[in-house]
Amino acid sequence: MSQAAAGRPRRETVRHVVCRVDEIAPGKARRVEIEGREIAIFNVNGEFAAIGDRCPHEGASLCKGQIMGLAQSDEPGQYRMIRQGEFVRCPWHGWEFDLKTGRSWCDPARTRVKSYDVAVTDSAQLQEGPYRIDIYEVSQEGDYVVVSV
Amino acid sequence: MSTSADEMTKTATPLPIKGLGAIDCDVHPRSPRREDLMPFLDAYWREIFMSRSIDRLELMSYPESTLPYRHADGERVNADAAGMAGAHLDPLGLEAAILNVVSGIHAVYDPYLATALCSATNRWLAEEWLARDKRLRASLLVPFQHPDEAVAEIERHAGDNRFVQVLALAMGEMPLGRRTFWPIYEAAARHGFALAIHAGSTYRHALTQSGFPSFLAEDHIHQAQGFANQVGSLVAEGVFAKFSDLKVVLIESGITWLPGLMWRMSKDWRGARIEVPWVKEMPAKIIRNHFRMTTQPFDGPAKVEEAAKAIAHLNSEEMLLFSTDFPHDHGRDVSYWPENLPQDLAARLVRDNVRETYQRLEIGS
Repeated sequence: MSQAAAGRPRRETVRHVVCRVDEIAPGKARRVEIEGREIAIFNVNGEFAAIGDRCPHEGASLCKGQIMGLAQSDEPGQYRMIRQGEFVRCPWHGWEFDLKTGRSWCDPARTRVKSYDVAVTDSAQLQEGPYRIDIYEVSQEGDYVVVSV
Repeated sequence: MSTSADEMTKTATPLPIKGLGAIDCDVHPRSPRREDLMPFLDAYWREIFMSRSIDRLELMSYPESTLPYRHADGERVNADAAGMAGAHLDPLGLEAAILNVVSGIHAVYDPYLATALCSATNRWLAEEWLARDKRLRASLLVPFQHPDEAVAEIERHAGDNRFVQVLALAMGEMPLGRRTFWPIYEAAARHGFALAIHAGSTYRHALTQSGFPSFLAEDHIHQAQGFANQVGSLVAEGVFAKFSDLKVVLIESGITWLPGLMWRMSKDWRGARIEVPWVKEMPAKIIRNHFRMTTQPFDGPAKVEEAAKAIAHLNSEEMLLFSTDFPHDHGRDVSYWPENLPQDLAARLVRDNVRETYQRLEIGS
């Protein structure tokens, strides 16, 4: 493993424009493909989060899951929701993932989906930076969602 | 590799129980008859016991007056404390043994009769058994048919540490996790009683989801499903979220069905957690913390190395408690450590685990 790691040149992180901000409404998600990877972009209360769009359980598309909070209980029969909008439930079997970290709520140490840095950048900044982005795509007005892969 | 395998399959020298200072977590006195209980009943119930001819209180599940449940020596070996001492406590050198009365008392419909029967049976146990041999302990009978009175019975005996747990059956009227029974668990936990669940059914419901089985051979394997239902119910309903110190001892349950349940319930919990958010840890961890199981009869493989694998799947040797199920005959000599159980577990199972399980168990050092 160390041999392979040592032998492989470290690849620069590349930033990719994926869509305009107004294309993903708060509480909604969109699936994008970047360099062969399927990534789910979520609008979490106006902020964007990006995680691998594949549940580690059986591979369901997480961007089709319900965006929700976390159910908590102080004792049997009592319920409260916290961190509204910060979790996604897999549409197949209900596993819950923290959109910010990609970690499974039930098994955070071992079960997680890849999380990606996601940023909102306006068009002027994008044109100034040394990023491999098709700037023709960003020539329009408005802000863009950019994912680093 | 081959050397260690050879060593494992080599027949170990039989390990006598005597000398281990063992605590036997499941022995059975005979069930009390009317003449035993009359001194502990009031005038009303004495009249009812006579006029309704209430005497032999057998559970239809495992009727002890019939073979194969009737002991070959009749009731002599478990007729009284002296008989049990001579036949079992002395030869095995037991430090203590826990008496379980499994009888029709659990299945009586009348909640007030059940209350009178539990109360009288507990007093009979205290006077005729516990007071006659310091090694004896008992499970407290409480009327699950009448939770308020069950609580009152626990309170009455809270000061008597010879009663170490309250006794339920594996299959009753409704799942044991239901809130109906929580006052019983609250009182039990507050006074350090464990909850014991013994094999058997009140036959309120068929033993299977498809109706009654035709044969005794089926009845016996359905017990494991009955226990599994109770494990699922107690965990999901949140009994351990509410009563975090409560220990549950499964008696005559076998063990091999539990690892599969633990794996499956833990996996399903990842998706079903939102329904029961008070289940905050993986169910397998909750089960390991709260459930204990007695060893006789052991349902694992006959070869010790195979049985060791079944035990390893529990991922916790603390869950097992030594028991003989005396005087019931399982076709083996209970005065020796079971040949299919690893001998290196003996000290833990006969003493350490038992002491850690029973808060109320006082053993002279």
